[in-house]
Amino acid sequence: MSVAETPRRAVAAGDWIMRNHIWVFLALTVAVFSFASPYFLTVNNLGNLLTQGAFIGILAVGMTLVILNGEIDLSVGATLALSCALAIGLQTSIGTWPAVIAALLAGAGLGLLNGLVVALSGMHSFVVTLGALIGIRGLVFVYTGENALMVEDFAYTEIAEVYLGPLSLTALVFFGLAAAFQWLLTNTRHGRETYAVGDNVAAAHDAGINVKRHKIVNFTICGTMAAVAGILLSMRLGTAEPNAGRIWELWTIIAVVLGGTRLSGGYGSLWMTVGGVLTLAVLRNGLRLLNTPNYVELMVMGGVLLLALALDRALLTREGAR
Amino acid sequence: MSLHFAALLRRHGLLVAFALFLALVAVQAEAFLTPSNVLDVLRQVSIIGMMALGVTFVVVAGRLDLSVGSMLTLLTVIVVDRTNAFGPGLAILVTLLAGLAAGAWNGLLVGVFRLNALIVTLAMLSFLQGLTLAYSGGSNVNVADGTTWFAAFGRGSLWGIPAPVVIFALSAAVLAFVLKRTRFGRAIFAVGGNETAATYSGIDARLVVFAAYCLSGLTTAIAAIIMGSRVMGAQNTIGQGYELTVLAGVILGGTSLLGGSGSIGRTVLGVAMLGFIQNGLLLMGYPYYVQWLVTWGIIILAVWIDLGAKRGRILA
Repeated sequence: MSVAETPRRAVAAGDWIMRNHIWVFLALTVAVFSFASPYFLTVNNLGNLLTQGAFIGILAVGMTLVILNGEIDLSVGATLALSCALAIGLQTSIGTWPAVIAALLAGAGLGLLNGLVVALSGMHSFVVTLGALIGIRGLVFVYTGENALMVEDFAYTEIAEVYLGPLSLTALVFFGLAAAFQWLLTNTRHGRETYAVGDNVAAAHDAGINVKRHKIVNFTICGTMAAVAGILLSMRLGTAEPNAGRIWELWTIIAVVLGGTRLSGGYGSLWMTVGGVLTLAVLRNGLRLLNTPNYVELMVMGGVLLLALALDRALLTREGAR
Repeated sequence: MSLHFAALLRRHGLLVAFALFLALVAVQAEAFLTPSNVLDVLRQVSIIGMMALGVTFVVVAGRLDLSVGSMLTLLTVIVVDRTNAFGPGLAILVTLLAGLAAGAWNGLLVGVFRLNALIVTLAMLSFLQGLTLAYSGGSNVNVADGTTWFAAFGRGSLWGIPAPVVIFALSAAVLAFVLKRTRFGRAIFAVGGNETAATYSGIDARLVVFAAYCLSGLTTAIAAIIMGSRVMGAQNTIGQGYELTVLAGVILGGTSLLGGSGSIGRTVLGVAMLGFIQNGLLLMGYPYYVQWLVTWGIIILAVWIDLGAKRGRILA
């Protein structure tokens, strides 16, 4: 081993840390809260934390695909609320599982609609899904008539009460979906082309990639994920509130960006998103255990997001300088 | 003749659709197009409209501002609380300065440090919400003495026109002039249209974006003063979700989110449309949430038709 190799290795290690800064940050927050609160590092609390974080996490899985594609979906919170309402509201008329399937289909359908409008019109997905955010929330209110729907048969709330050790079904679904879609991203043509489209649409188009199809597929996946989260929420709560999931789309985007996925598209992964989701969950849970008022939590979130952005900028500048 | 009509539809499709909507509602609900109802609607939209004026500058410069809703909440709490402490004059000054400072912070990060506007203003949304709760301690604040001239901004009127409408109209006129006729306004268009080209032609894009965010903070501060005076108090969630309604108004008017095109007049039209849709549907007896469905449809249709007209075909 020569002398020159040591600094190079240090540089490589530095690069790795900057690229995976979210995991370093997660380790740091976990360490800090473990020292600060005796209740944090318990199996029970960590299990709860994962369940709480998993709802945003499942939304973030779909959001990551859309963002990798260079688009954005602001309607996931409203879609979650609609699926939640349908899964509970339809049970009395068509039965439990058909209602769940209908809720899933509604999410997929709305995702497909978003994708079709974005692909066919060439409109900015921010505009399309901002409209959808407003309109789908309207659908929720029309369907529920402004009332919270309550499940009639409480056996329904037992469905999600399946645990593997400390891991709830909700958390397992989140990790399972993240792993499955990470596999899809790295090992399938659709995944590779998703990166290509997000990185450079024109080049992807010239290379013969069907850009529109990829966008439609990813928006449909995103809507379906929102429905999955909504159904799990309905199982956990036993009620469907018309205002459920309000501004969750913003938390979801925060989780994805915190992980290191770039909003400009083409760069990121679901591992990063898992890191971002966990960090967000750890911060919220830890700050609450320390009895910090709600406003500190909100301010810390804002600060952390800016930090993530500054780190990413530093990384980009370094890459550019080389 | 049909050719002319097609051209008219293409250029002013939004206006034509809006007129049709107005006529449709007016037939169904007699109270709709009466002067008092029209003034009511205008008064209702003047707060959203005020915010949308500043946001239009940011959007034309090719950026986004999602923090205006939280900013409105904080500034309304400040103006109400400071009115109790200092009296209206100083309170209004403090509020304007606070709005300017919040806008300047956004402008510093987005304009000068060139960070992503969506994330910066999203972070600011969360941060300002926290700051509001820290400032108010979570409780609502009310104006103790409702008889001072502070009441004029939200509740007064001039020649029968409600004061919020007067303030909104005057601000819109001034800012329309600024955006269209001044060097600064042209620089906003240049930066939003092609930032590289703007920089090479001697425009300091950083400063222009910075100034646009400052303006957005300032118009939000004026909106907060109207809000505080109208409600004579402030809740900690008063502006929640306003950022998206404001953007919906701006987009509905036809200002492109990509930057480089749009106008204050279009924004006023977009915001007014939101207000009249809401009011019209309510007068026709629909529940308030039906307006959200209609807004969804109209945003998609309006922007799609607008894009299609520019491209010469409707499908991308």
